[in-house]
Amino acid sequence: MNDDSVYDGLLGGDDSQWAFGTDFEDPLAGVDTTLPEGVDGAALAAYCLMLGDDALVLSHRLSEWCSNAPDLEEDIALANVALDLLGQARLLLARAAAADPSVVPVLPEGSPVPPEDALAFFRDQDAFRNVRLVEGDRGDFAVTTVRLLVASTWRLALMQRLATSRDAVLSAIAAKAVKELAYHRDHAARWVVTLGSGTEESRRRTEAALATVWPLRWELDRTHEVERTLAADGVAVDPADVAAEVDVLLDQVLAAAGLEVPEVKRTGGLGGRTGRDGVHTEALGKVLAEMQSVARAHPAGRW
Amino acid sequence: MTQVEQERELQAQFDAVVARHDRIEPRDWMPEGYRKTLVRQIAQHAHSEIIGMQPEGNWITRAPSLRRKATLLAKVQDEAGHGLYLYSACETLGVSRAELTELLIEGKQKYSSIFNYPTLSYADVGTIGWLVDGAAIANQVPLCRTSYGPYGRAMIRICKEESFHQRQGFELLMTMMRGTDAQRAMVQESVDRFWWPALMMFGPPDDASPNTAQSMAWGIKRDTNDELRQKFVDMTVPQAERLGVTLPDPAIAWNAERGHYDFGEPDWEEFAAVVRGEGPCNAQRIAHRRRAHEEGAWVREAASAFAAQQAAAQQAQEVSA
Repeated sequence: MNDDSVYDGLLGGDDSQWAFGTDFEDPLAGVDTTLPEGVDGAALAAYCLMLGDDALVLSHRLSEWCSNAPDLEEDIALANVALDLLGQARLLLARAAAADPSVVPVLPEGSPVPPEDALAFFRDQDAFRNVRLVEGDRGDFAVTTVRLLVASTWRLALMQRLATSRDAVLSAIAAKAVKELAYHRDHAARWVVTLGSGTEESRRRTEAALATVWPLRWELDRTHEVERTLAADGVAVDPADVAAEVDVLLDQVLAAAGLEVPEVKRTGGLGGRTGRDGVHTEALGKVLAEMQSVARAHPAGRW
Repeated sequence: MTQVEQERELQAQFDAVVARHDRIEPRDWMPEGYRKTLVRQIAQHAHSEIIGMQPEGNWITRAPSLRRKATLLAKVQDEAGHGLYLYSACETLGVSRAELTELLIEGKQKYSSIFNYPTLSYADVGTIGWLVDGAAIANQVPLCRTSYGPYGRAMIRICKEESFHQRQGFELLMTMMRGTDAQRAMVQESVDRFWWPALMMFGPPDDASPNTAQSMAWGIKRDTNDELRQKFVDMTVPQAERLGVTLPDPAIAWNAERGHYDFGEPDWEEFAAVVRGEGPCNAQRIAHRRRAHEEGAWVREAASAFAAQQAAAQQAQEVSA
C-alpha cells in the first residue's frame, strides 16, 4: 500500500469495491423460499420469529459489552458472538417475511426499508417472540456468561436437529448456526468453569448469576403450539426433545465448575403466556425503545 | 573497547540502519530517547484505538438497519484488535499492557484529541469513517515504513483495515445522501461538526510542533504535520463534492500555482483546550475506560487464579508421574 493508493477507488464508479455492496441485499437472495408441501406459512413465520428474536435480542445484550468487557480479548470475543447471532437473526427474520409477508409491519408507501429491518425495528413489543431469558439487563460478566451458556447450549442442541428440517431454508440456516453456536457454548462453558473455580468473589458472583438466570430457564423447555404443529410436520424441533440433553450438558459444566444447580422458583408467565406468546418482562420495552429509535424516526430513511 | 567507544559504535550502527531505511528490531540496540519516543507514540496510538471504540460504540445498539449494525459492530471490534496489536508492539519495548492502561486511566498518557468529541447522530458513524479514519490513514500510511519493525508491521495491517472502514463510512454517507431531506441535513450537520476537529488530528502547525524534527531524524515520522494536513485536504475536497456536502470552510479553493487546495486555519486554541483535557468528552471517555477496567478486575483476577490452579495441578501430575 502506498500513500496515494489508499484513496483510490473511493470516487470510482465500480460497486464491486464495497465488501457489503452499496445497496441492500436480501440475505436470502437467490434462495428458493417456496414452502414445503403442507406447511402453514403463518406457523413457519411465527417459528422463525421465535428463533430469530432470541438471536436478535441476545445479540443486542451482548453488543452492550462493546468497550466494556473485562479485557480486550473478551471485548472481541463477545462482539464475535453478538455478530454471529445477528447474522442468524437476519436470516431467520428474512425467512419469516418470505414465509408469511403479513407478519411484516406495513410502512409508508415507497419506504425502502427491507423486510428484515421492518421486522426488527417497526414491530411492537407484543409481536416479539423471544424467550424472556435473553432480554434481561446485561448484568455483570457472570450473568452474561451464565445466560450465554444456557442460551447457546439450548440453541446448539436445537439447531443440530433443525439441520434436518424439511424446510430447506431453515435447514441451511441451522447448519450454519451449529458451527457458530459450538464456539459460543464452548466459550461460555470455559468461563463458567473459570469463574466457578477462580476466586471467592468470582464464585459468589457466578452463584448469584445462576440464581438470576435459572428462574427463566423453564421457558426454553416448554413446547409452544406453533412448535408442536411444525415439529409434527418435520419442519421444527420440539424443545421437549432437547430438554434432557441440555440438562446433562449444563450439569456437566456446573460440576466441572464446582457449582450446584440452584434451587429457585420459576418466573411465572401471565395467564399462561410468556415470551413466545409476546408477553415479556419490562426489560424488552427498553431494549426496543433504544434499538428502534433511529429507524422509527426515519420510516422512509435509506441506510 | 571502553564503554564510551562501544556506545559510539552501537549508535553508528543504529544510525546506519535508520539512514538506509531499514528496520530496527526489538533485540537491536537503540538510543534511550528513541525507545521512549516510540513507547509514547505507540501507546498513544493504542489508547486512541481503545478510546475510539466509545464514540462509535455509542450507536451500536441504535443502528437503524441490521446490516449497518453488523458493519458497525465489526468495525468497533476491529478497533479493539488494533489496540491489541499496538499494545503488543509496545510490549516489545519492555512496557506491559497493564502499565500502559494505568497510565491512560491516570491521564498520564494521551490519545487522539478527536475522540473527545461526541457522536450526536447516526451520520456521525459515517463521518467518522470518512473524515476521521481518512485523516488517520493519511497519518498512518507513512508509518508502515517507520524505522521500528514491530510498529511498522502492525501499521501495515491496521492501515488496510482503516482504509476499509473509510470506504464503509463514505458509503454510509452516500446512501444517506440518496435518502430523505432529513437524512441529508443530518449528514451535513455531522460534517460541519467533524471537519475542523479532523484537520486538527494532524497535530499543531509545523512551527509549533516540538517533537517533529527529532522524530523525522529517527525515521519514526516521515512527513510533517502540515504536509499531511495538506494531503488530506487535497484528497477530501473532491470527495465532499461527490457526496454533495459543503465543507464548513469558505477559504477552501484550488490554488493552481501551488497545485493544492488552500484552506483556513483550524482553531488552535480549541485544539489546545481539548489536549489539555477541556474538550466536550475528555472526562467521560476516561471515566468510561476506568469503569470498564475496574469492573473487569474480578474477572481478570479469577482468570489468573484459575490459570495458576491449572498450572499447579499440572505440575503436581508431572511430579507424581
